Amino acid sequence: MEIEIDGKIAQVPDGSTIMDAAQQIGAYIPHFCYHKKLSIAANCRMCLVQVEKAPKPLPACATPVTNGMKVFTHSELAVKAQKGVMEFLLINHPLDCPICDQGGECQLQDLAVGYGGSASRFQEDKRVVFHKDVGPLISMQEMARCIHCTRCVRFGQEIAGVMELGMANRNMHSEITTFVGRSVDSELSGNMIDLCPVGALTSRPFRYSARSWELSRRRSISPHDSIGANLTVQVKNNVVMRVLPRDNEDVNECWISDKERFSYEALNSSARLAKPMIRVDGALREVDWNVALDYVSHALKDVISNSGEASLAALASPQSTLEELYLLQKLTHGLGSGNVDFRPRRRDFSSDGKLAGIPWLGLKLSEIKNLDAALVVGSFLRKDHPLFAQRLRQLAKKGGKVSLLSSSGDDSLINLHAQLTVSPADLPLALAAVVKAAAQLKNEAAPAGLDSIDPCATSQAIARSLLDGEQRAVFLGNAAEQHPQAAQLHVLAIELARLTGATCGFIGEAANSVGGHIAKALPTALNAYEMFAQPRKAYILLGVEPELDCYDPQQALAALKEAAVVVMLTPFGDGMAPDYADVLLPITPFTETSGSFVNTEGRIQSFTGVVRPFGDARPGWKVLRVLGNLLALAGFDQNSSEQVRDEMVPAGSPFVAGLDNRISGVPLSLSLMAPAGELQRIADVPIYFADPLARHAPALQKTRDAVAPTARMNAATLARLAVTDGAPVRLRQGNGEAVLTARADETVPAGCVRVAAAHVTTAALGEMFGAINVERA
Amino acid sequence: MAILGALNPMLSVGLDGDKAWRLADYVKRGGYSALRRVLEQKIPQSEVINEVKKSVLRGRGGAGFPTGLKWSFMPRSFPGDKYVVCNSDEGEPGTFKDRDILRYNPHSVIEGMAIAGYAMGAARGYNYIHGEIWELYERFEEALDEARAAGFIGSDLLGSGVSFELFAHHGYGAYICGEETALLESIEGKKGQPRFKPPFPASFGLYGKPTTINNTETFASIPYIMNLGGEAYLEAGKPNNGGTKLFSVSGHVNRPGNYEIPLGTPFATLLEMAGGMRGGRKLKACIPGGSSAPVVPAATMMNATMDYDGISKAGSMLGSGAVIVMDETTCMVKALERLSFFYYEESCGQCTPCREGTSWLYKVVHRIENGQGRPGDLDLLESVTTNIMGRTICALGDAASMPVQSFIKHYRDEFAYHIEHKKCLVPVDVQRAGSSFFTATV
Repeated sequence: MEIEIDGKIAQVPDGSTIMDAAQQIGAYIPHFCYHKKLSIAANCRMCLVQVEKAPKPLPACATPVTNGMKVFTHSELAVKAQKGVMEFLLINHPLDCPICDQGGECQLQDLAVGYGGSASRFQEDKRVVFHKDVGPLISMQEMARCIHCTRCVRFGQEIAGVMELGMANRNMHSEITTFVGRSVDSELSGNMIDLCPVGALTSRPFRYSARSWELSRRRSISPHDSIGANLTVQVKNNVVMRVLPRDNEDVNECWISDKERFSYEALNSSARLAKPMIRVDGALREVDWNVALDYVSHALKDVISNSGEASLAALASPQSTLEELYLLQKLTHGLGSGNVDFRPRRRDFSSDGKLAGIPWLGLKLSEIKNLDAALVVGSFLRKDHPLFAQRLRQLAKKGGKVSLLSSSGDDSLINLHAQLTVSPADLPLALAAVVKAAAQLKNEAAPAGLDSIDPCATSQAIARSLLDGEQRAVFLGNAAEQHPQAAQLHVLAIELARLTGATCGFIGEAANSVGGHIAKALPTALNAYEMFAQPRKAYILLGVEPELDCYDPQQALAALKEAAVVVMLTPFGDGMAPDYADVLLPITPFTETSGSFVNTEGRIQSFTGVVRPFGDARPGWKVLRVLGNLLALAGFDQNSSEQVRDEMVPAGSPFVAGLDNRISGVPLSLSLMAPAGELQRIADVPIYFADPLARHAPALQKTRDAVAPTARMNAATLARLAVTDGAPVRLRQGNGEAVLTARADETVPAGCVRVAAAHVTTAALGEMFGAINVERA
Repeated sequence: MAILGALNPMLSVGLDGDKAWRLADYVKRGGYSALRRVLEQKIPQSEVINEVKKSVLRGRGGAGFPTGLKWSFMPRSFPGDKYVVCNSDEGEPGTFKDRDILRYNPHSVIEGMAIAGYAMGAARGYNYIHGEIWELYERFEEALDEARAAGFIGSDLLGSGVSFELFAHHGYGAYICGEETALLESIEGKKGQPRFKPPFPASFGLYGKPTTINNTETFASIPYIMNLGGEAYLEAGKPNNGGTKLFSVSGHVNRPGNYEIPLGTPFATLLEMAGGMRGGRKLKACIPGGSSAPVVPAATMMNATMDYDGISKAGSMLGSGAVIVMDETTCMVKALERLSFFYYEESCGQCTPCREGTSWLYKVVHRIENGQGRPGDLDLLESVTTNIMGRTICALGDAASMPVQSFIKHYRDEFAYHIEHKKCLVPVDVQRAGSSFFTATV
């Protein structure tokens, strides 16, 4: 199709709109309601343009291009229409730009300069719109500013999958509002702040703290989930004021999750550790860096000389940078210990050494939209990976068959093809049933050990969906990786992929779940679980809070309390650290250090610090490097994080090499019966407790997702325990116990209790997926 | 008595009995014979559409679009569901004809829709009835039950193998739901807001399927066209304006009500049928096609004929056939204020010019009426209407603007007097004398 816009010729595919064509040739047409990622509403009427032979001006966003069409975006007719619309938009707008948070970055303000009059002909009373309280993230205090573009409404319906906002009432009394009494804090809702072209929806934590023109924009990468969302961090006076998405169509498109947007508050938290501390006479005291590092090097040397190299263990958070992970494993290995790991939430390590390469997503994020079918195994999808779930939601919307096999019946807000919710113990069986069904459908022999399995109709439907179409994928989620039989799930998923021709991949738990493998922060002796199960004398903890971040916090705490030396590199000094740490070394979070994250598709994303370190905090890689020097280890002479990175990956390569999900040498052994009689725990990692930054962000901690954990069971389980909804229950695992409120929840599989991990009220409990004892308290 | 008067009527023939709306009565009047003949003789679909084309039946909802042409837009070989939808969301001030069709002759609508469904290959229909006439929604449901029991709707109509299932659906009283795409949204369970067109309903309608939407009276006329033949129906009216039409006459006449007359009948005849002007006063103005049609001064109106072309020549629109008659006691500013309030209130709020513009228009007219007019207000009103017209998603913006433009055009002196003297040109006691409200209570 050929179209002429203001004399310039554009070639566009059939079905394009005038707006598409204009963007292609760089002609700007003013607009408010149009957004590239949302459906066309054509309600603001700002993009009216003149089209040859059309008697009336037409909206560019909604008018399909016809061959030979001639469009005039700045003709008298077009500009007159645009100015007319602008006048209408402004008559009821409060024009309170001087006190509006959007001032300086407001589309209405910008376009009013070009199309607005210098005086108003509107002499009547303006519309008054009541403010709304919609929770801690979004401020809807000045709704009279709203121009009814419905971008926020369409975002909810189309991207977030939940209609948190809608337009109530008619005529000029139309107003954007929630359902009565509801808050707006789904895991993606903050994007509505960016979408709002005026100052109606503003960021509540940021509100009135800075003007947009005072802020410098710096590029960064999200340190949270495995997607590696690209961020713009906005800084004023060396303080991070706000975090916004940075467009990267291949990674986060133009969105970020609320966790990524609002956890910057933790960077300025009063819990930040300003100076190194060491334990002197039983109490932690602030000391200078040289004293602290000297103390650490001597303490580690002492432990090693007294108890041997194997008495040292190091555990890192998978949110650490590539450089930190690399130097930590180098330090640990340099000291002669193979006890180093970066997977604190893992239980089953039987695939270690059996992998063909580094586990990863199996395909590029941008390829998800081309899938015909996808199966996700073991995931709290929305809360674990908001942006990944969003991609699957779009896939389902355009007809892709998305199925979910997990221990959680939480609403994924995805139009699922099939869903199976089973207890954690039954998860491998349920996946095996899908494998068996696929084998039957293909008339192939099922792998040995699956003889007695009889696939249910849902398993068959899932298997059938994976056999149809060109591209299919099987994804293993966080719960599948944390599962006590993770290797079995891995083997089964690979088998299912082989049978169906699908791709098999891991969604990945955290920002550096792939990076940890690149950095080789992997055990050659004791792994993340064993290093606490067989207590060591000395521990180095990098960015982890073991009472919240480990698979078995009870076991980890017991080991740490008994250890001779616990060195903790952490940005925060609160929590239980003072109970077990002997040395606290303040390291900087992602905004104050340079480093790299390798996302789940293997994309290396390096970033630099955007503000100076807080207090005496120092980048983790520098601390480890100096420690290496003090311990007289070889290979600790890098002068920049880039030098550290280049030791692992060739400079300039956008993706890492060696990604391969195949596994061999792990025999399939399914226990066909779940342990009878006893209750099993299902532990989710609530979205805003998943990492130290989110845990220290006040606004996120006030959302619905941050309420204290309860013991959720279905009615049958409650009845069996003679417990009523709302009653207190005592939960016991090993030596630890917790008293929580029982809640009826029919999405929890029979015989299971859902008790969240990563929260201080459940830190005394044990394994995330083990047996648990529940009784009336 | 259903219809107060008629000339050569079709739709309103035989509606005198108190059970005229029952199936038995309708069949006795010759009802369902057209559907029976179409099905039994297996008249080709294209022939049915041709018959409607020949009749030059023009849409009775207001736009006057030729029905046969509209039907021919439906894709013939579309695989999957197609729909026919009846628009009984009669909400335009002054219009009350569809209500009486549903009250007295509901089976003519059902038969018309069944024939339309057959002609366009649609096996499903909906009749969207507005919420204020709940008792007629219930009556229509009863009529549907009767028709279903008699095999006129449902599966395998009269053993022909053709299926047509018809459902009633009621709205909740939003004027905008009479706009065909807003009506579709409302049936789908969404907020009634017009869709942007294209795509038009014939390609993307109800639930995204090809859909044809016609007015109640349009569907009700179909059986008569099939029985009479298209040409005879056309001849009942005048060229390019086939058949008879119901007119809802309201305002300052002695016998306000519905009248069925052949298109092309002089306005003077209709006025006479309605008992002439109340109190023998002089006609001042007439809105000939529902509140959104431009107002026509008395002299022009008295020379006009009641048909699409005739009213168009008089500078207005035949619209839905709602004839609002105003005598010399009427204050035109007050009349416009009331009309503007309606459009302001009923704007759906979706698109900017209508949402903001209709409230602006009302506020200014309201100010003028209440002695707060300012010099320049009339130019402002005209400018605001031009900024609304042709720039909205649906026609409500135009509908709100046309009364303002025409009232100011024809009665500018009255508005100017209001602004200058802060009171009506028509003295208040004269206004009150003409109002049944004041004559009843004072």
